[in-house]
Amino acid sequence: MIKLLSTGLLLGLLGFPAFAAFDIAQLMEALASHPGGKASFVETRHLALLDAPLVSRGEMRYSPPDRLEKRTLEPTPETLILDHDRLTLERGKQKLLIDLASQPQAMAFVDSIRGTLAGKREALERNYALHLAGSADDWTLSLHPSDPQIAEFVLRIDVSGSGGQVTTIEYLQADGDRSSMRITPLDTP
Amino acid sequence: MKSPALRAFLIWLAATLIGLFIALNSRFSADMSFFLPSKPTPEQQVLVEQLKTGAVTRMLMLAITDGEARQRAAVSRELHRHLVDSGLFVSVQNGDSKRLDADRDLLIAHRYQLSPAIAPGRFTVDGLRSAIADSIGMLASPAGVLLKPFFTRDPTGEVVELLTGLGNPRQPASREGVWASRDGERAMLIVQTRTDGADTDGQETAINTIRQAFDNSAQAVGISGLGLTLSGPGHFAVQSRGKIKQEIFTLSLISSTAIIFVLALVYRRPRPIVLSLLPIISGIVAGVAAVGLAYGTVFGITVGFGAALIGESVDYSTYYFMQSGRLGLATWRERFWPTIHLGVTTSICGFGCLLLSGFPGLAQLGLYSLAGVGAAALVTRYTLPHLAGSIAPVNVSPRIDQGIDRAIDWLQKLRWPVLALALVATVWLASERDELWHPDLSVLSTVNEEEARLDGDLRADLEAPDSRYLVVVNGPDREAALAAAERAGRELDKLVEAGVIAGYDSPARFLPSQATQFARRAALPEPDQLRQRLETALADLPLSASRLDAFIADIAAARTAPPLTRDDLAGSNLALAVDALTLQRKQGWSVMLPLHPTEDADFYIPTERVRTALAGTGGLFIDLKGEFDKLYGSYLSEAIVLSLAGVAGILLMLAWSLRSPRRVATVTLPLILAVIFVIAGLHLLGERLHLLHLIGLLLIVAVGSNYTLFFDRDARQPEPAPEIRASMGIATLTTAMGFGTLALSSVPVLKAVGLTVGPGAIISLLLAAMFVPRSQH
Repeated sequence: MIKLLSTGLLLGLLGFPAFAAFDIAQLMEALASHPGGKASFVETRHLALLDAPLVSRGEMRYSPPDRLEKRTLEPTPETLILDHDRLTLERGKQKLLIDLASQPQAMAFVDSIRGTLAGKREALERNYALHLAGSADDWTLSLHPSDPQIAEFVLRIDVSGSGGQVTTIEYLQADGDRSSMRITPLDTP
Repeated sequence: MKSPALRAFLIWLAATLIGLFIALNSRFSADMSFFLPSKPTPEQQVLVEQLKTGAVTRMLMLAITDGEARQRAAVSRELHRHLVDSGLFVSVQNGDSKRLDADRDLLIAHRYQLSPAIAPGRFTVDGLRSAIADSIGMLASPAGVLLKPFFTRDPTGEVVELLTGLGNPRQPASREGVWASRDGERAMLIVQTRTDGADTDGQETAINTIRQAFDNSAQAVGISGLGLTLSGPGHFAVQSRGKIKQEIFTLSLISSTAIIFVLALVYRRPRPIVLSLLPIISGIVAGVAAVGLAYGTVFGITVGFGAALIGESVDYSTYYFMQSGRLGLATWRERFWPTIHLGVTTSICGFGCLLLSGFPGLAQLGLYSLAGVGAAALVTRYTLPHLAGSIAPVNVSPRIDQGIDRAIDWLQKLRWPVLALALVATVWLASERDELWHPDLSVLSTVNEEEARLDGDLRADLEAPDSRYLVVVNGPDREAALAAAERAGRELDKLVEAGVIAGYDSPARFLPSQATQFARRAALPEPDQLRQRLETALADLPLSASRLDAFIADIAAARTAPPLTRDDLAGSNLALAVDALTLQRKQGWSVMLPLHPTEDADFYIPTERVRTALAGTGGLFIDLKGEFDKLYGSYLSEAIVLSLAGVAGILLMLAWSLRSPRRVATVTLPLILAVIFVIAGLHLLGERLHLLHLIGLLLIVAVGSNYTLFFDRDARQPEPAPEIRASMGIATLTTAMGFGTLALSSVPVLKAVGLTVGPGAIISLLLAAMFVPRSQH
């Protein structure tokens, strides 16, 4: 009994700081320990040009730390693969290959997702000011671009999640268009 | 000096000066045209044009190394400006994003003339609906950010069609807004010289300009410590010319010093030594002058090869000085000159056959040797005697003579073992015959491994693969050629679809034929009609037609716009692409369509598949490497035939003048054996034989016939003449030195000749001593 109590106490003590002040370092640690795997997503885009939002669905697969695959299944099949610094976009017969190292802005944009998923704080802080709110179970990390060239496109990126799992990513673009993506983890095979 | 001597010298001097004048006014070159056929087939014609004037050989790749990426980019931009200002380059590209933006703007402005997707159904209700729905989908994708600014002007996505249809999707990497190597450690530029690739002087000027411009640029932006590396066909040509020049100088110096040393030991007086140089100088001057007169351009390799002939041209004076002393000039002329004359004739006969070669390099070597050997012999016969004065007999000490006798005795005992060895070697060579020859023309290249690797690296960095595969179409004018390119392009599109090729470049992408442009224009509806169709087409899409006024206006403008011409593209990279792929000839125009092989097929394109697909389009498919290999194969077989003809000529000449089958046999046998042993030796050393080895073998027969003839002559002397054998020993030694020095060359072609003839000369002397019967005295 005493043993059980002391174990509980010890656990409580260990857990205590996390509850008291959930900080970016801890979030990054949690994110970095995420083993990767498969998730489904629903992405909703609001474009000023269009009268109705665009909704797309599909699956994502994340293999930490450098490979991210996003397969859109509806309405138009499309595959986006980010492997190290190469971004490949395939839509039907069209194939686009982008070397991210050549495109600093695109790189910064990609780093916002990749840095968050992999829990790489330095990569994020290179281009964004970070602001964290919430608790370990329900956090929201806001990225504000510090580079004016990126700020021309993106006003803010809000990533929220629970533990090491990202559940939504919202982009607020400089021209008022915005998009949000909800991510639901699937059972990892 | 007596007056006949003075006259002889003045005649020699005048002839030499004239030759020298011609030689110095000849153009020296070291580019690939050495290897180009003089009577090409249509495919080879393309090859020749590509190598002489084609964009491929006018391309130079530049890499700025060291320092920081920002510094390299700054120098890259400055260098770009300097090079453009120099006027020596038709194109200078450094991937500056600002210039690429200009290209993109041009594509957008002319999209309704350029987009391959524009066909009659494109702007009907159904066509609009599906194209716009697709664009909306694209807008939602990550690439949407790039498209959004143009969306209301181009809702059907013609720009996307254009950009994704450009065949080679790979672009070089970039850093700080300019092209960089894959690892980002070098800034990259690619330039195209105005001067042809075959113009080595022009290439040299261009390269020097680049280096100078680089220094100036670095200074202008105040950055030091950066380096410049460059590569490309022109650079190789300039470098190898410099290398050959340097080597010819060094090697000639080495061999002449060695030969003069030997002569000094023998003569021990300055006069014969100095006079021995006359035939050498005459031979070299005559050789270069003859080639210069006949071909206009003298290949560096020819001169390098000719330098080795020093060793042979000195032989004639050696015979003269060593043999005529004791006997007197008149007796020498009567007894020995016929033998030398026969030797010279056989040599000339051998080399003469090479003149028939369709391979200009080989024909030049033939002409050079012929003129050089002829001049050296003539000078020995007609000039030297006047200048030499009284010649002191060369005393061959009895001890040496007896030594030679014993050596020959010993050699002659080895006849049967050597014959047996020759038989073994022959059988072995016969069994290895498929392994003997090098199948590839590249073996003749003067580019070393390190340079080749650097070249490969820069190419990979610039995503500029070797353009190995080409389709060429022709037309009486540019319009017709572009239309033909479009016809061939439609077949190539099917091959891309089928995965046979990854893509292809065509100037018709940026400059479609007028017919195609008119057809596209005809597919553009009137504004009112378009507005109505849009209303219907957009009914189910989240986009209202009222947002697309810019689109309707652009279509209306495109309906009345004049067709796009080459002038509209002026100054852009698109114009460069068009110019690089179109070629104006005396009759009509040619268009080149470089094909991109797929990575999956290991960058190979099946020739037959493409030829079948192109049947009826007038497109000629060429695999440049395959063509080159075929060319080399034909050179090789031709050279073998010509060499055999040369050998046959030599044998005929011997038979005709010796008039005794037995004598012909004893004179010929050592030559044949020498050739067998040399081939076996080279093969044993792991050398794969190529063209120049073959020429070396021909030389062995030509040179060796002199030795066997002299042994034969010696055997027929009424009294012993020790100076004959001694003079032959010296002649062999100098020949072996002259050619053997070439074995030190780093130019593979020259090295091959050295490795073949150097040992070959000595072996044939030994074999001659072994098999020619002794004198009876």
